[in-house]
Amino acid sequence: MATIGKTYRREISAAAALVALLVIVAVAAPSFFAPGNLRDLIINNLPTLLIAIGMTLVILVGQIDISVGSQFAVCSVAAGVLAKTGLPMPLVFVAVMLIGGLMGALNGTLIGWMKLPSIIVTLAMLVMWRDALRWTTEGAWVQGLPENFQWFGLGQNTGEILIFAISLLLFVVFGWSLRNLIVGRTVYAVGSDAEAARLAGINSSNVVFWVFVVMGALVGVSALLNAIRFSAIPGNSGVGLELKAIAAVVVGGVAITGGRGTLIGTVIGVALLGTIGTALTFLGINPFWEKAIQGGIILAALASDVALGRLEKNGRSDLAATTSPA
Amino acid sequence: MVRASYTSSSSTTNNMLLNAVNIEKSYAGVHALRDASFYLRAGEVHALVGENGAGKSTLIKVLTGAVVPDSGEISLDGAKIIENSPSISKSLGIAAIYQQPALFPELSVAENIAVGQETAGVFGIVHWPKRKQRAKELLNRIGARIDPEQIAAELSMPQQQLVEIARALGANARVLILDEPTASLSEDDTRNLFRVIRELRASGVGMIYISHRLEELPAIADRVTVLRDGQTIETHEMSDISSSQLIRLMVGRDLSGVFPKREVRRGDVVFELRGFGSREAGIRGIDLTIHAGEIVGIAGLVGAGRTELAKTIFGLVPPDAGVMLLRGMQITIGHPSEAIDLHISYLPEDRRRHGVVLDLPISSNITLASLKDLSGFKGMNFRREKEIAAEYTRRLGVKTPAIYNAVSTLSGGNQQKVALSRWLVTQPAVLILDEPTQGVDVGSKAEIHELMVELAEQGVAILMISSEMPELLGMCDRIAVMNGGTIAKMFERTDATQDLILSAALGH
Repeated sequence: MATIGKTYRREISAAAALVALLVIVAVAAPSFFAPGNLRDLIINNLPTLLIAIGMTLVILVGQIDISVGSQFAVCSVAAGVLAKTGLPMPLVFVAVMLIGGLMGALNGTLIGWMKLPSIIVTLAMLVMWRDALRWTTEGAWVQGLPENFQWFGLGQNTGEILIFAISLLLFVVFGWSLRNLIVGRTVYAVGSDAEAARLAGINSSNVVFWVFVVMGALVGVSALLNAIRFSAIPGNSGVGLELKAIAAVVVGGVAITGGRGTLIGTVIGVALLGTIGTALTFLGINPFWEKAIQGGIILAALASDVALGRLEKNGRSDLAATTSPA
Repeated sequence: MVRASYTSSSSTTNNMLLNAVNIEKSYAGVHALRDASFYLRAGEVHALVGENGAGKSTLIKVLTGAVVPDSGEISLDGAKIIENSPSISKSLGIAAIYQQPALFPELSVAENIAVGQETAGVFGIVHWPKRKQRAKELLNRIGARIDPEQIAAELSMPQQQLVEIARALGANARVLILDEPTASLSEDDTRNLFRVIRELRASGVGMIYISHRLEELPAIADRVTVLRDGQTIETHEMSDISSSQLIRLMVGRDLSGVFPKREVRRGDVVFELRGFGSREAGIRGIDLTIHAGEIVGIAGLVGAGRTELAKTIFGLVPPDAGVMLLRGMQITIGHPSEAIDLHISYLPEDRRRHGVVLDLPISSNITLASLKDLSGFKGMNFRREKEIAAEYTRRLGVKTPAIYNAVSTLSGGNQQKVALSRWLVTQPAVLILDEPTQGVDVGSKAEIHELMVELAEQGVAILMISSEMPELLGMCDRIAVMNGGTIAKMFERTDATQDLILSAALGH
């Protein structure tokens, strides 16, 4: 038990912050917990959660992807355009995943195989995809979507349940695989020490490549599940999504340097950051504070990381002394 | 030829396990290994000894596939290893444990042992209880009481080493390379490690054991091979050779180099350390004086604390004991800029990383430590920078078509002259040189030596760290030998010999 507390202390502290927030809201504005509100809150945040799942993999493997917002916009528009051609929705789903996966593969090739720094590569992609899309659509929304597009043609109720089910399934599959499949553990190993992984016979470049492919495919899923909630698709969706996802992952206790963290932490991070905005409204606080408070939480998470990291280092001072460079 | 020896190996070469023949490797024209050959039997502990830079590390890297040799052959069980890489050598059963353990810090012990060793394929399912069980068994086999669920970063150094040995066992290592495994172990931990090594030997594992602690070799090694200047010199049964004989083999080279050393009248004491130390740097109780016009050498093995001493003097690491005096005045240096203001300069060891800024022009590199004097109200005085750069490139003979070329376009020797120029511009009273001629061509080396003598004649107090024995003996007025973070012995120029210096460095 003590071990669990130590291993998951970052997840636990994020969860404690979430509980504290919910308690405050419960006392000050119980109407927050109205089923309708909770349901909206969850559905609104599921697309972010899917991106954050992919971002967890990317950060665990020691990289970063800030192009997800632009990829999201490309996938959203593509979903609408494909649906308008009369393609059946299940095929639209697959196609959008493929498009996302291909954009991820481009990132993965440049970062995994050509060893370019991920922050620069994905910064370039962030600008490139966004402006390529703007040039193609000239800012126009995708309108006149077929009947079966919104809510998969199943109505809002069933549609929302489906969105929830798909997200839950992906969350469980990824959470389980990260912990229990060799390939999942490989992600941790590469992120913990890429050189040690190489010496252990792991093909680090390959692992990084596929993580970006998976990230892209998840962006595709997220974009589609987000798009079907509306009757038209804006040409500029997903702005700032990368920051939301990265923030949630970091707040959830995934080390930005890679190798440590869990999807449980990520879901807590998404919930915490996603709840704050709505909670502020219910508490009667000016919602303009939302971003400031989110920023504060991210800084607090990083600061506690550093503090805990320092403590660990001090505990090993004998080691640090003996391994100081000759 | 190797295959031929394989057919008879069982009888004539006594279970030859690993055989390295005529290995050569050079970096940028400098030989790290030339004609290195040795073989390892199954079930033996084979010690590999040699001075700093004798080629031990390179040889290990060649065996593990981390470095590709220029020529030579390695065979395992008589079968030639044609294309080597870390994963290939590992799959063949060659494992190395380095001084700094290469574990995954965030992962558990069980996982560290399992990574790369599970055969289930990438989409195989991790069987956590089995992983734990296997880790426990492997750790038990070497008598290590370590919880398989502990995170590797939380383990002590000796524990991490044991985990690495367990991991090597788990990979069915038949050749185990131990690089200075006892360097940071206590006596108890060392005893325990030796017990593990003996058990592995009994089970037929062949071990290559690198150590500077010659006194521990008789207790653990069966045979010993001496490396010197990249060559394997001799191999002996451990029982047939004494440590003084080993030392002679390690240093036994001719002092053929010609050094431009000239007698300089020893001036007043310029720089002095009394009881100087720093726990952070791992140095303690250092007493040292340098007179004007004197070149004092610092000898010692890697890890003896030589560079750490230089860094502590220069304000890169805070000292916590003793005093530092400049011309009799007590000084404290909290930052390199304060050292520069006091005209104390430090030419660092790693030229490419610390000595020069490769992508900046020669001129900017030369003036980098003196920008304060070059800039004023009207910004940088570029005309003055140009004059200084031109003056020093001429004085030191930096071979370049233009002072605005990037330093990366220069040869190693010329880069080092630029690095040195930077410190000469600051008019040093005390000049600390850390391996000033390492990886430098012969011509530049002679020029740097000549320059050192000229500086000494001008009254500069010079402290030179060097791993090259002839250079120390040829250039220095006195030689301080460091061991374990302090000065173990001090030799006058006339008394110093290679044997004496190495003995002192080894702690004999």
